[in-house]
Amino acid sequence: MPAIEGWFTIDDEPVLLGNRCTSCRTVYFPKASFFCRNPDCDGEEFEEARLSRRGKIWSYTDAQYQPPSPFIAPPGDYQPFAHAAVELAEEQMVILGQVASGFGVADLEVGQEVELIVEELYSDDEHDYLVYKWKPAGAERDGVRA
Amino acid sequence: MSDVVVAGVGMHPWGKWGRNFVEYGVVAARAALQDAGIAWRDVQFVAGADTMRNGYPGYVSGATFAQALGWTGARVSSSYAACASGSTALESARAEILAGRCDVALVVGADTTPKGFLAPNAGDRPDDPDWLRFRLLGATNPTYFALYARRRMALYGATEADFAQVRAKNARHGLENPNARYRKDFSVDDVLASAMVADPLRLLEICATSDGGAAVILTSADWAKRHGVADRVKVRAISTVTPTFPQTVIEMPNFSTDSGVAFSADAVTPFKAAIAQGAYEESGIGPEDLSLAEVYDLSSALELDWYEDIGLCKAGEAERLLHDGDTEIGGRIPVNASGGLACFGEAVPAQALAQVCELTWQLRGQAGARQVEGATVGITANQGLFGHGSSVLLST
Repeated sequence: MPAIEGWFTIDDEPVLLGNRCTSCRTVYFPKASFFCRNPDCDGEEFEEARLSRRGKIWSYTDAQYQPPSPFIAPPGDYQPFAHAAVELAEEQMVILGQVASGFGVADLEVGQEVELIVEELYSDDEHDYLVYKWKPAGAERDGVRA
Repeated sequence: MSDVVVAGVGMHPWGKWGRNFVEYGVVAARAALQDAGIAWRDVQFVAGADTMRNGYPGYVSGATFAQALGWTGARVSSSYAACASGSTALESARAEILAGRCDVALVVGADTTPKGFLAPNAGDRPDDPDWLRFRLLGATNPTYFALYARRRMALYGATEADFAQVRAKNARHGLENPNARYRKDFSVDDVLASAMVADPLRLLEICATSDGGAAVILTSADWAKRHGVADRVKVRAISTVTPTFPQTVIEMPNFSTDSGVAFSADAVTPFKAAIAQGAYEESGIGPEDLSLAEVYDLSSALELDWYEDIGLCKAGEAERLLHDGDTEIGGRIPVNASGGLACFGEAVPAQALAQVCELTWQLRGQAGARQVEGATVGITANQGLFGHGSSVLLST
C-alpha cells in the first residue's frame, strides 16, 4: 500500500497525483488544499492533476549516512541511496524524490531524463509501504543502463 | 528616519556544552550589557529568539531570558523564524525604538542542540512537510545543500576542490576567534579527505549543530548620546522578506517548487537575492560600498551562491572571486571573517545575532587577529526553513 494516501498511483505506469487550480491553472504537488497560493488568484477549487511521468534531473545527491527518525531504515546494514530533484516541463516545477534502488550518483547527471516508479519504502508485519521514486529512463534495474 | 544604534554585543562561546540554553543566553546578555555599559534595569524591551528544541521555555524565550535576568517589568516579545529568528527578534526591537515606544532594547538568542542531523521533534505529524520529508524521502538538510552544490557544478563548472577551498578559507578565519567552536586549520586536502555525507558535500563542508548564545543591545541614537553610550555602529537596514511566487528553487522542507505555469518566474527575483536586495533598498547602500559580509555557509558551496546573491559578483563568478583571494581577510571584500558557520556550527536562534556581533566588532576595530582593516560597512545574510531569511546592514 502507499506510504501516504493520495500522492501517487501504484499501477504499472505510476503517476504523481497533484492538483490544479481551476482559475489560474497553477499545479500543486503535494495537492494544495483550500486556497490557491498564486498571490493574484483567489481560486478555491481544484481538479486532480496526473503529473508527467518523465522529467529531467535538475540536481541530485545521496544519503551516505542513515537519515534520522521519522525515516524508517530497512532492516540490515544501512544502504546509501540517491535523491533527485526533477524538472517537469509541462508543469514547470521541480519535484524531489528518492532515486530507484540500485542507482547511485555515478549513474546520474544534471539534465538526464528519468521516469517515475514506485518501490517499497519500508514494511511491517502487515504491509509493504510504497513510495514514488525516480529511475533513469530506459535503464534496466540494478543500475545497468539500457 | 532616526538612527538605531548597536550599543553592545555579547556571546557565549559556541560548543557542545550540553547545558541549558538559558545559561548561554544570560551569559551573552550580561556580556552585551557590560559591553554597552548599560544596566539591566535600563532595558525597556526584551526580544527573545525562540528555540524549538528546549520545551516551553524555548517557545517564550523573551520571557524566559527576562525572568532569568530578574523580572523588571520590561515588555517582552518572542520570535520564531527558523534560522532567521535572531534577525526577526532584532527587527521587533528596532521597530519598538523607531516607533518611539522605547529607547533601550535587549535581543537574545540561544540554543542547546542534539547531536547529528537536525530532525523533527518526536511524534507522528503526517500533515507537516518537515516530518514527511524525513519519513517519505529521508531528505535531511544536507540533502538540499548538496542539491544546490551539484547544481552549481553543472551550471558553472564548480568543483569539489572549489568548495573545499571555501572551507579552508573559513578555517583560517576562525582560528583566532575565541567564540568559535572549531578552531583548527584545515587544508583543501584535509577537507577532501573527510567522509562524503551528501555527494558532493563532505563532513567538513556541512555545518554542525552547536550550543551557543548571542545578544545585542539596541538603543535610539538620542538615548545613546544623552547617556554617553558608544554609538559608532548603526543599524541601516533589516530585511526579513518572504520569497515571491513562483519560487523556482526547491527549499527545505518542500517536496517541490512552485509551478511557473500561471506566472513566469523570469520576472521574479530569486529568494536569496531578494533578501539582500531588501537591505540594500532600505539603506541606499550597495554591494560596492561593503567592507565585509557574514553569510550563512550552511555548506561550503552555499557560500559561493551567497557571493552572487548579495551582489559581490555576477552569477557564475564566485569561484573566481574565491581564487583571487577577494573574500579572504586582506582581500577586497572578506566574507565570513568570523570563520562562519564552518567554524561555529549552527545555534539556530543565536546565529543571525552572532553575525551582527561579528560585524559590530569589525566596525569598531575590535576583531583582533581577524580584523578587516578600515571596515565601515557590513552586511549579513541568512536563510532558513519555511521561507525565512534575513539580511542586516550595519555601518559606522
